[in-house]
Amino acid sequence: MPSSTRPRRPGMWAIRGPLSRRQYWLFAALGLLAPLGLWWLASSGSTVDKVFLPGPVDVFNRLVTWYTEDDLMSDMGISIYRVTTGFLFSAVIALPLALMIGTFRPVQAVLEPLTDFIRYMPAVAFIPLVMLWVGIEESSKISIIFIGTFFQMVLMMAEDVRRVPLAQIEAAQTMGAQKGETINLVIFQAAKPALLDTLRVTMGWAWTYLVVAELVAANSGLGYSILKAQRFLQTDKIFVGIILIGLIGLVMDQLFRLAHRKAFPWLYLKS
Amino acid sequence: MTKPKISIQQVGKVFGEGHHRVEALKDVSLDIADNEFVTFVGASGCGKSTLLRIIGGLEYHTAGEVLVDDRPIMGPGADRAMVFQHYSLYPWLKVMENIKFSRRLKHGRENLSEADVEAASGRADALLALMGLTAAAEAWPNQLSGGMQQRVAIARALMGRPEILLMDEPFGALDAQTREVMHDLILHVHRLEKPTLAFVTHDVEEAIYLADRVVLMAPRPGRIDTIYKVPLPAEREQDMKHTPEFLSLKKEILARIRETSGMKTDQGMLDQLNMQETA
Repeated sequence: MPSSTRPRRPGMWAIRGPLSRRQYWLFAALGLLAPLGLWWLASSGSTVDKVFLPGPVDVFNRLVTWYTEDDLMSDMGISIYRVTTGFLFSAVIALPLALMIGTFRPVQAVLEPLTDFIRYMPAVAFIPLVMLWVGIEESSKISIIFIGTFFQMVLMMAEDVRRVPLAQIEAAQTMGAQKGETINLVIFQAAKPALLDTLRVTMGWAWTYLVVAELVAANSGLGYSILKAQRFLQTDKIFVGIILIGLIGLVMDQLFRLAHRKAFPWLYLKS
Repeated sequence: MTKPKISIQQVGKVFGEGHHRVEALKDVSLDIADNEFVTFVGASGCGKSTLLRIIGGLEYHTAGEVLVDDRPIMGPGADRAMVFQHYSLYPWLKVMENIKFSRRLKHGRENLSEADVEAASGRADALLALMGLTAAAEAWPNQLSGGMQQRVAIARALMGRPEILLMDEPFGALDAQTREVMHDLILHVHRLEKPTLAFVTHDVEEAIYLADRVVLMAPRPGRIDTIYKVPLPAEREQDMKHTPEFLSLKKEILARIRETSGMKTDQGMLDQLNMQETA
């Protein structure tokens, strides 16, 4: 005899089916631990050369010696400094430009096709020019990060500004708002959450340009260390560098998400 | 004869040029009296929203003239507040801050005495109460139902004491019950605040129930077809919707919209469809 004539609660494998919080973390842990396990398995046999694939333990040991003997903290510090400075320069210039592009059609017509063109140019290829124009000081590394992020950032931010609903703008105009007031009190305010999200995404891209930036006459930094380790076949150090960059990126991403929650509470109301 | 509040004279509006040229409005003339409630209905593409947006200064006309108090309009202004169908509230401001938004503008702050500021604060409270929103003053807009959101939008539009209130399908996204409540509310506002009201809708029943006059517009090119004076007492009640006068006017307007829409049911086409089914 059938246990029930009612339809059962859909399982987690139903299309867009439910997943409890506990189940979610279980799967998330699986997703993180499985690659680690596979990595450990693949490297633990004697068949694979350590130079080709160091195991998790080797990598961890290298992390410790890097920290105790090779001044890991200053490598991390200088890299974080380069990425955030390049990123901040980019953000500070991109924001007003994006507001203008998204608000005034002539500005859009002048700048958008140009920006679209430049953003397809490879940032790496700018290195000789940057060395020629900016030199080989700190500013050159920051410039590469800037070139890598700025043009994407402007275009994405301009799109955020353009997505502000027309009704919000027009409502202000029929309440007597002047042009400047409409931009400051409506367009910018309305676009803020999307703009912060764009900053979060482009921050990730800024980190991907770190190794490129530290190709330029650097003698410290995570990207530089990875490049140097390549020369000495220190595969374990390459692993540490890559994983650290990933982890710093993850932390920054989470900080951006936290700031988003704090700054825009109305987007996170429990329904 | 008293002077009209809004005088629309031979107004035309052309969108685009060349192949894309569309005549949205042609030779539209209409006088709207002070404190009058006029609703606009018509088949899609008749230009009723465009006309409203021209009065609001959000769209420019390519022919004719629109006068408010005998002065031609030059872009949008605080004397002509507009209520939109949706997405016009500021989600980053709480309900009360939304209503008081115009106080942040230079326009709303010029030549203000302390007493004015206090009066404004009192007005915001009064509008909140009038709209039945007192309990929601500190809520975020996205915590409110669609009907409540539109109440906030109306209160915000009224805050600056506009002489003209323009409403572009303000209740179009609401369910039928909420809409009825909103109808009586807007009539109450009209009696109390005495704005001149121009209201665009696709709901003929709504158009008749609210209006002193219903303006029926026709498409291609957008123009005024017929103006109906509503034969109901000034004080409206929901029961009036079932009176013979109301029903016959509704039937007449609906029929006329169908005639002017340029769409007709093609009997031949229907027969063909049926034949294919039986075959």
